[in-house]
Parts: sequence; structure tokens; C-alpha cells
Amino acid sequence: MKHIISDVPAIPIVSHEKPDGSRWTIREKLLLGLSPSEYRAQFIRNPVNWLLICIFAVGIPIIIQRYLFGLASVTHASNDYPWGLFLGFGLFGMVPLSASGFMLGTTVEVFGRKDFHPIERLALLNGLLGYFFAVVYLEVDLGMPWRLPYPMFVSLGPAAVLFLVAWHVATYLSVQIAELVPAFCEWYGWLKGKRFIRSIILGLTIAGIILSTLHQGALGALFTYAPGKVHPLWYSDAFQWIHFFCSSIFAGLSMLIVASTLCKYFMRWRCDERFLDSVDRLTLGLGKGCAYAMITYLVIKIVAVAHDNEYAYLLTGWGQYYLLELGIGVVLPMFLFAYGVKHARVGLVRFAAVISALGIIWNRINTALIAFNWDLYQEIPHWKEVWITITIYSLYFITYRFILYRLPILYEWKGAK
Amino acid sequence: MKVKARISRRSFLGSGLAGTVAASVIGERPAEAAQDFQGYPDAMGVIVDLTRCVGCRSCEAACNKEQKLPQPAEPFNDYSVFDHTHHGQKRRTDETRYTVVNKYELPEIDHPLFRKIQCNHCNEPACLTSCFVNAYTKTPEGAVIYNPKVCVGCRTCMVACPFYIPAFRYSSAFHARIMKCIFCYDTRLKYGKPPACVEACPQEALTFGKRRELLDLAHHRIRENPGRYVDYVYGEHEVGGTSWMYLSGVDFDKVGMDMHLPKEPILKFVKDFLAIVPMVLTIWPALFAGIHLLATRKDTGTAEGNDENGEG
Repeated sequence: MKHIISDVPAIPIVSHEKPDGSRWTIREKLLLGLSPSEYRAQFIRNPVNWLLICIFAVGIPIIIQRYLFGLASVTHASNDYPWGLFLGFGLFGMVPLSASGFMLGTTVEVFGRKDFHPIERLALLNGLLGYFFAVVYLEVDLGMPWRLPYPMFVSLGPAAVLFLVAWHVATYLSVQIAELVPAFCEWYGWLKGKRFIRSIILGLTIAGIILSTLHQGALGALFTYAPGKVHPLWYSDAFQWIHFFCSSIFAGLSMLIVASTLCKYFMRWRCDERFLDSVDRLTLGLGKGCAYAMITYLVIKIVAVAHDNEYAYLLTGWGQYYLLELGIGVVLPMFLFAYGVKHARVGLVRFAAVISALGIIWNRINTALIAFNWDLYQEIPHWKEVWITITIYSLYFITYRFILYRLPILYEWKGAK
Repeated sequence: MKVKARISRRSFLGSGLAGTVAASVIGERPAEAAQDFQGYPDAMGVIVDLTRCVGCRSCEAACNKEQKLPQPAEPFNDYSVFDHTHHGQKRRTDETRYTVVNKYELPEIDHPLFRKIQCNHCNEPACLTSCFVNAYTKTPEGAVIYNPKVCVGCRTCMVACPFYIPAFRYSSAFHARIMKCIFCYDTRLKYGKPPACVEACPQEALTFGKRRELLDLAHHRIRENPGRYVDYVYGEHEVGGTSWMYLSGVDFDKVGMDMHLPKEPILKFVKDFLAIVPMVLTIWPALFAGIHLLATRKDTGTAEGNDENGEG
């Protein structure tokens, strides 16, 4: 993949100093040491960019349409389905996939497993961007997006679950930015900032665990406001929050496996030996965590069915769909993880991670859209709604790639740290 | 006193962790007052007697005028609108109408039945308890009113409302807001007057009064007219009780009313989680800091240097 970035086999920027001893300027660092024309050339050479350009060419005008003419111009404006894909996928799906940040933060900083260090920053970045773009999705969906800070400063409704989500996502975003400041400081060359963060890292990490537990759970608890609307199999007033929290554990780890796999195969030039040497071993470690989280999740899902005595529903069409979701989204990847870890089959673990990440999105969309209003009718999203969702995701992808290309996430910064 | 109990309960919930801690320190038991809120004692309400409704849509017209809603495509004397459906569903409230009358034809009855829907003005409204910017207020007069100035447009209230009442003005990017019946609070209820729809009803299908007295009236009607009514007052207990209540001559589910609604307020289903929050906030730091101390044993003396070098 290196040829896509640069024809010349130059070493990518890994320190403040050029091979000839002078220092890289920030502009040169941003351009990856290429001249503007070389940079443009590599951009055009990459076929992924052409796909992205096509998505944006249609998507950005639609987003502008949404902000000028209202949600009704791009969605079906349903009063029965107030939440559509923007939240069903963008908020409820992106947030569990971003649990990687607090998971790996905890592993390394709290449990002291320094062997997971090479992948920690990728996990933190994956978390930060996932949350950030969940907020972007929210900004597309909110009726009055300019009032986003209202629940913080203007009019407070602290007894509402969404209040908790708002505050926790906001504080957790700041925690994650702080956790990634060291990577930026190294790249920028401002070590004071990094040392300060190092001194409070344990506090930040524990804050991250608290906030994550609560807002991952709170996203589930939001559905306890609609006890009659969500199909009983996807709903549990006692366990909804813990279902969402528990599934976010393997969702975040799976997404981290997916991201590290993409980096290993498509961004190899940016990874250093430390990352490449350890990524397979760490993938097995993450896969083990996934398997444990999944068996726990499976059991508490069954407990919820038993708790509310919903066995009869399992025999209906909805029940079969429910079992299909659990079977493909949880049981299958769980066995693949377990088998893959036991026999050190890294490829199998990666495959399982893809299924499990998609499975969690499937579960969230099922809860928020498919099993919602289950005895009313099914709302099919407008194509523009789907396109905006894909456009925002592409924006997420570009931002993710932009940062990975530059900051010391997949490689260690050489020189002063 | 009940109003006071109500307030202490709201602020109890509202102040979250601080409230919980304060309550346990002071030793009072606000939770006792919080058990069951039966509604404001002098809350007003309306009885909708479905056996009297003839489907003239006068209430729709009156509401449209009173609330200055946009003129609909079909005039209010056009009865073909009863056949309009959306995804197989009968008409519902939306950004152009706060109340809607629907027609139900049952094989066992020789004439059609009609049912008016509007906000039922719950005693313990789900929209209010789910709102994270406090845009909703339950007034002592019984109305559930909405403040568009603070609303963010998250639409959780629409998800939470068990009656599918709040609608969103999706058609506007700059003046989006929730649209729902407010019991004509600003223009009428506040001054002790009945809402416009009640005043417009030529059949006296709608009766306005104090909720407590209306309940007596409803049960009185059922008792005095054996055979005319189903022995049930819809809204007496649904989701904790509503200000608007219904009487019907046929089973309520036959005229499109949800008979599976819980008898407790929607908030009850959320409380399990709300109780977890202060526990996680207080226990997690100790738990994980403890695990950290246990998991990363330091050899005395040399430990600090090693720890610093370990990161990268």
C-alpha cells in the first residue's frame, strides 16, 4: 500500500528531524513530507478516495438540504418512528463500537497489562472518533442542533436518562481527547502537555470506566421509556441497561480488531515493527476477551427472557428473528472467537470480529427501529436518510485515516517523548 | 400538602446524587412521598363519552382555530378523511392537528363509532419525565404544557408517549418544535375555562370538570345506564392515570385504544436504571482503584522508575 502514498520509498515521518538533520515543519508533517503536487497525486491514485468523492458528491448536497428545508425533506418525517437511522445506527450503533477506548485504557492503565501498549492508542482513537461522530449524527438528527449545549447550561432536566447520556458523552469526549493529547504532543513537539496527562492518567482512565458504564447503559435505558413499543424480547425493564453495557464490551473489542486488521493490511507503511510484531498476539488476547464478554451477554439475554417469562414469544416469527440475531450475531462469533483463540488462528478471530461488530449494529437497529412499534408497522428509511448516514460514516473514515497517517498511533515517535 | 409532596418528589429525583446523599444524611424519607403520585388534587380533566360522539369533527375545527394551526387540505365538514390511512393506521395527531376523530365500524353494531384522540394529559407524564431540558410542565390545573424555547428536538418525548401524541414539526429547519395539545392552557384553562374542543361539541360527548369529580361522574353514568357502557373508565389508571378519560359502549380495544398499557407511570420502568447511577458513581472509583493497586504490585524502591519507562 505504500505505493499509494508515495512512489519514492521514503521513510514516513517518525521524528522531528529530516534525514539530513534539519527539522520538519508542521506543514511538512501535515503533508507527510510530500510536496503539495505529490500529495495531490497520491490522493488521486487511491481508488478509495474516488469512492469517497462519489459518496460526498451526492451526500453533501443532501445534508445542506436537510439544514435548509428540515428533516422532512430527507427523511420520512415519521411521528411514530421519531428515531431513524441517524440515531439507530449513528448513536446506538457507533457508541458501543467505540467502547474500545475505555476497555484498553483499563487493561493497560488499571490492570497494568503493559503488553497491550502497542494497540492502546488505536483503541483510544477508535473510541474518541466513534463518540465524536455519534455526536455528529446527533447533530444531523436533532430538530434544533444549535441548542446542543442546552441540557448542559440552559435548561436542565437531570431526572431524564438522556440528560445522563448528554453529560456523560460530553465529559467522556473530553477524557478521550485528554488521553490522546500525548500522541499529539509527541508529534507536535510539546512534551509538557504529555507529562501533565501522564500524571493524571489513572484518574482519567477510571473516570472513563464510570462514564462508559453509565452512558453505554443509559443508551439501553432510554428504551425503558417505551415499555409497550419495543418488542418484549428486545426489551427488559430490569436488564436493558446491562444488556447494552455488556454487549458494548465485545463490540468495542471487535471494532478494535477490525481497525487493527485494516491498519495491518492497508496501512502497513505507517505501522512500526513493534505494532506489526505484536498485533497478531494482541488480536488473540482481544478475541479471548470477546468470547468471555459474549458468553456473559448470552446468559443475561436468556435470563431476561426467563425473568419476564417470555418463552412463548420465542415460538412466534419475532422469536425466530430474535434467535437468528442471537445465533448469527453472538453465538456464531463466540464459538469462532473461542476456537480461534484456542488454536491460535488469528484470521478466524478477525473474521469473528467482523461478524460480531456487524451483529451489534444489527442488535441496536433491531431495538431502535425493527422491533420498535412491532405491532404497528415497519418504517423503511428514505434513501436520502441512508445516504446521509453513509456520508457521515465516510467523513468518520477520512478523519480516522487522516489522524492515523500522521500521529504516532500505530508507530512510536522517535526522539524526545 | 399533596402538591408539596409532589414538589419534594420532583426535586428529589431531580437533584440526583446530591438528593440521594442529602436524603440519607438528613434521615427524612422523601421516597415515601414519592411512592404514588395521584395527580394534583384540583387538576381538571375531560370525560370523552364515545357513546355520544357522532363524528362531526367540530372539535377538530375548534382546536384548529383556537391553536392557530394551518388550514387542512380538506375542510372539517369533509367526512371522507375518516378513510385516510397511513401505513394501514388511522389518522393521528401531527404538526397540523392536535386532535383527531377516527371512525370505527364494528360488525356487531349497526352504526359507526367515533373516537377523539388528543393529549390525555397524564398525571405523571412520560414526555415530561423523559425530557432532558425540562421543556414539559404538568400544571396544577392538569395540563401538560410545552416550552418550545428550550426544546432541543431530540424527540425522546415522542418515543416515551404511550399514546403516540406528541408530533414534530419536521417540515421546518428553523422553526422545528414539538406540536401537541396543551389543554388550551394559555388561552382558556388558566382562566378556568374549558378547552375549545369541549365548548364546540354539540353532543355533549365531552364533559369538562375536576378530574376527581369526573371520575365519580363516569362511574355514576356506568351504574345508572346498565348495558350502555363497558364497566371501565379508560384513563382512570392507565400509565398512572390521565386527566382525559374515556367511556365506551364497546370494548376499548375495538375502538383502537391500547388495553395493554401498564397501570403504573412510565417512569416506574426507568427507575431501576436511575437507581444504578449513584451506585456506579460511588463504587466504581473505589473498585477500580483497588484493582489497580492489587494488579500492579510495586517492588519497594525501584518501582517508580520502571513504571515511568513502561509507557511509550
